[in-house]
Amino acid sequence: MSNSTEAVAPEPLRASGQVGASPSKRAWQRFRRNRLGYWSLVVFCVLVVASLFAELLSNDRPLLVRYEGQTYFPMVRDYPETVFGGDFESNTDFLDPFIREQITRGANWALFAPNPYGPKTLNYFAREPNPSAPTRDNWLGTDDRGRDLLAQLIYGFRVSVLFALALTFVGTALGVITGAIQGFFGGKIDLAFQRFIEIWGSMPELYLLIIFSAVFAPSISLLLVLLSLFGWMGLSDYVRAEFLRNRQLDYVRAARALGLSSGQIIWRHVLPNSLTPVVTFLPFRMSAAILALTSLDFLGLGVPPGTPSLGELLSQGKNNIDAWWISMSTFAVLVITLLLLTFMGDALRDALDPRKQDR
Amino acid sequence: MNPLLEVQGLSVAFNGVRVVHGIDFVMAPGEKLALVGESGSGKTVSALSLLRLVHNAEVTGSARLQGRDLLQMSERQLRGVRGDEVAIIFQEPMTALNPLYTVGDQIAEVLQLKKGLTPNQAQTASVELLASTGIPEPARRARAYPHQLSGGQRQRAMIAMALASSPKLLLADEPTTALDVSLRGQILDLLSELQRQHGMAVLLITHDLNLVRRFADRVAVMERGHLVEQGAVSDVFAAPRHPYTRMLLTSKPERQVLDPGAADEAATPVLQARQLRVSYPVPLPGLRGWFKKGEFVAVQGADLDLAPGRTLGVIGESGSGKSTLALAALGLLPHLGTLQVTGSEWVEARRAGQERSLRQRIQVVFQDPYSSLSPRMTIEQIVGEGLLVHEPQLTAAQRRDRVVAALTDVGLLDDPGRGGDWLQRYPHEFSGGQRQRLAIARALIVGPQLLVLDEPTSALDVTVQKQVLALLQRLQRERGLSYLLITHDVDVIAAMAHEVVVMKDGVLVERGSVGQVLQAPKHPYTRSLVQAWA
Repeated sequence: MSNSTEAVAPEPLRASGQVGASPSKRAWQRFRRNRLGYWSLVVFCVLVVASLFAELLSNDRPLLVRYEGQTYFPMVRDYPETVFGGDFESNTDFLDPFIREQITRGANWALFAPNPYGPKTLNYFAREPNPSAPTRDNWLGTDDRGRDLLAQLIYGFRVSVLFALALTFVGTALGVITGAIQGFFGGKIDLAFQRFIEIWGSMPELYLLIIFSAVFAPSISLLLVLLSLFGWMGLSDYVRAEFLRNRQLDYVRAARALGLSSGQIIWRHVLPNSLTPVVTFLPFRMSAAILALTSLDFLGLGVPPGTPSLGELLSQGKNNIDAWWISMSTFAVLVITLLLLTFMGDALRDALDPRKQDR
Repeated sequence: MNPLLEVQGLSVAFNGVRVVHGIDFVMAPGEKLALVGESGSGKTVSALSLLRLVHNAEVTGSARLQGRDLLQMSERQLRGVRGDEVAIIFQEPMTALNPLYTVGDQIAEVLQLKKGLTPNQAQTASVELLASTGIPEPARRARAYPHQLSGGQRQRAMIAMALASSPKLLLADEPTTALDVSLRGQILDLLSELQRQHGMAVLLITHDLNLVRRFADRVAVMERGHLVEQGAVSDVFAAPRHPYTRMLLTSKPERQVLDPGAADEAATPVLQARQLRVSYPVPLPGLRGWFKKGEFVAVQGADLDLAPGRTLGVIGESGSGKSTLALAALGLLPHLGTLQVTGSEWVEARRAGQERSLRQRIQVVFQDPYSSLSPRMTIEQIVGEGLLVHEPQLTAAQRRDRVVAALTDVGLLDDPGRGGDWLQRYPHEFSGGQRQRLAIARALIVGPQLLVLDEPTSALDVTVQKQVLALLQRLQRERGLSYLLITHDVDVIAAMAHEVVVMKDGVLVERGSVGQVLQAPKHPYTRSLVQAWA
C-alpha cells in the first residue's frame, strides 16, 4: 500500500538553519530591548558590586602603609600607635594629624581609600562642628555625631541591598514552595493552607516586631526571620494560581500518563512554566524589602544601633531639619535605588509578557 | 446590475509584514460568496479589514460598497455602515455577546440605534427577530442572558442581532465552527432561509468545504494571502484549476487500515470495560453544599472492547463524556466498574506497585498540540522523557538515538543523520501538524500497545489532518497498535475506525462495526450525525 498521502511534504520549519532560542533566552532578548530597564540593571549591578568592596572605597585606615622601610596592611591588621612613632599602645587613629604626618614624611607613604572614613568613624580632629555641611574633608558632610555621611551611605546601601536580597530569596523560596504545594495538590491541602494563610496574614506584623525587638537583642538576622515569616504570602497566592492553571494542561496530563511521579511533574513541568509571576515580582519585592528595612530603622525597630542604615539617617535628617545634606543625600540614594529596581521590574514584566511578540 | 461590493487590490499588513496581497472580488446584491482557506490564509483578516475592524493593520486598496469606498471613509461614517448596511456574525457567540445584558436588550440596542425605534417598539421587534431565527419561546429567551442559552441558541441570537438593521451584506466568520456537528446544518439552513427572505448578500468565511457546497453560489479560495481561484461553486468543485484548490478538495482522509475481519476471540483485549461509571464531584448550592458534594456523572454504564491491532472510535458531541472516558482509560480519573488495560486493572496494578509497567502499555495523544507540549523543554527532553521513567538504564547517547529513531518514525526527520540541531529546538518553532507528530513520538517511544487519541486532528487544518491520520494508519499497520479514537468528526471515524460507539450524555447509545453504524444508523442521534456528514 502506498504512503502517498502521508508524503505530502511536512511543513517547512519556520526558522531554518539555526537552533532556536529557549523561552528564557528570548525573554532575555526582549529584556535587553527595553533600554531603560537594561541600563538600570547594569547600573544597579555596578553599584552593588562596588558596595561589596566598600572597604576599599571608604575606610578610615589606609589600605597600605610604607613606613621606615617596612610595609604594613592596616586595613586587615591592627597596629598600635607606637609602631608609627606615637605614644600609646592603643590602636592607631589614622585621622590623627600627627600620625598622618609620620606616615607620609620622607620616603614613607600611605595609600588611603578615596573616602578616608568608615561608617562608624568619629573624627576627633574635625575642623567643623557636628553636623557639618559638605566640605573638602567630608564630601557630603557629617551627621550629628560627626560620622562621614558618604561612608554611611555606602555602607548603608550595602546593608540594605544585602538584606533585601536575602529577604527576597527566603520569601520567594517560601512562597514558591507553599504555592506549589497548594496549587498542585489542591483539594483539602489547598483548603487548609488557605485558611492558615488567612489567619497568619491577619496577625499584626508591626506589633510582633515591637514585641520581639523588646524581648530579643535586635539583630539583622532576627529581622530577616521575622520579616520572612510574613513576607511569603502574597507570592504564594500567585504561584498557587499558576499551578492550578498549569496542572490541568495537556502536557502535565501527558506526563502523568507517562508515569512520572508528582515530584518529577512539579519540578520538570509545572514549576518552570509557573515562574513568570515570581520573576516579574523579584525587583518589586527587592524594593519593598529595602523600604521595609528603611522604615523600621526610621522607627528605631530595625537594625541594632551603630549599624549603618538609610532609615536611621532619614530619622537623623528629620531631627536635624536644618542639616539639609543629611536628608537630601539619603533621600537621593533611596530614590535612585528604588527607581532602578522599578525600571528593571517594568522591563522584566514586558520581557515575560507572553503577548509581546519577538521581532 | 451594479455590484453591491467591489473589492480591488485589498492588501493588509501588520508592522510592515503583508498578510493579504492585493485580492480582488465582486459581490452582487443577494449573492452568497464563500471565502475558503486554511488557518493563516488571511480570509478573516481580509473580511474584517473591509470594515477596518482589525487593530494595527495597514489596509490599502479599495472596497466600494454601492460605489462608496469603505477604506476611504472617516471613522464616523464607517460607524454608520457597521452593523447597519454591513453586519457581522462571529465564530464564538459566547464571547461575541455581552454577558451582562440580556439577549433581547442587546438586539433592542441595535434597533434603537440603527432604526430609531422607541425602547418599547424595540423590545417587541427583538422578540419578533428572535422568533424569525427559530428560537423556541422567543419572548422568554429575549429575557435570558447569553450564558443561559445553548450554543445553537446563542448563534441564533447573534444572527437575530445581525439582522436587526436589515443589512445588505452579512459577513459570517466561521459561523458554525464552534457548534456541534448536528447543529451546523440547522444554522446554515437558517442563514440560507433568512438570506432569501431579506435578499441580502452573505460573505461566508469558512474552512469547511462541505458548508461551501451546501450554502454558497460562488467560492473564492485563499492561500497565504493570495486569492488563487474563484468561480461558481459547481464549476470550482467539478473542475478545480489551481493545485491548492485541488489539494483542499482531496483533503478528505483516506481509509488505509487493515481489516482483520472479525476480532480474534482468544486474544486478550487491550482495553475492556464493563459497566464503567465516572463521576465528578460538584458543589451543591446553599447550605447543603457545606456538608455534601454533589455528583456529576460523566460516563454511565459503558461497556467497551478493543482487540489488538484495531481501532475503536468513540463519537459524540462536546459534553457527551467522551474525553472523560479517555482519561479514565488512562487511569487518570477514579472510576467504578471494571476497566482493564491488557488484562490488568488500574487499581490492582497500583496496589501491586506495577502502575509503571501498565503506563508503558497505554499512551495518549491530546487534541491541542499547543498545550500538550511543555513550552520550556527541548524536543529531545520532551520526547525522551518517557525513557527516563521506563528505561532508566539507558545512557544519554542511547536515549538520544532512540529519540532520533522515534522522530524518524513519525516522519519529522527524513535523514536521521542530521537530527542534532533539531533536538535542541523548542515546541514554539514547530507548526501544529509537526507538534502533533511530536506528541505521537513522545507516546510511541515507550513502546505502548494502546494509544488513546483524544481528538487528535480537530485542531489541525484539513490537509494536515489528512497527513497525520495517514501517519497513524501506517503506524498501526506496521506495529499492530490499538487505538481508542475519540472524535466528533465522522470523516475521521470513517477513515480510521473498525468499531464505533456513539456517546450521548454519558451513555453509549449505539455500537457496531464502522460499516453498520455509518450505513445503517439505528439511534436517532446517530442518524442526525450521519445525515449532517453525508
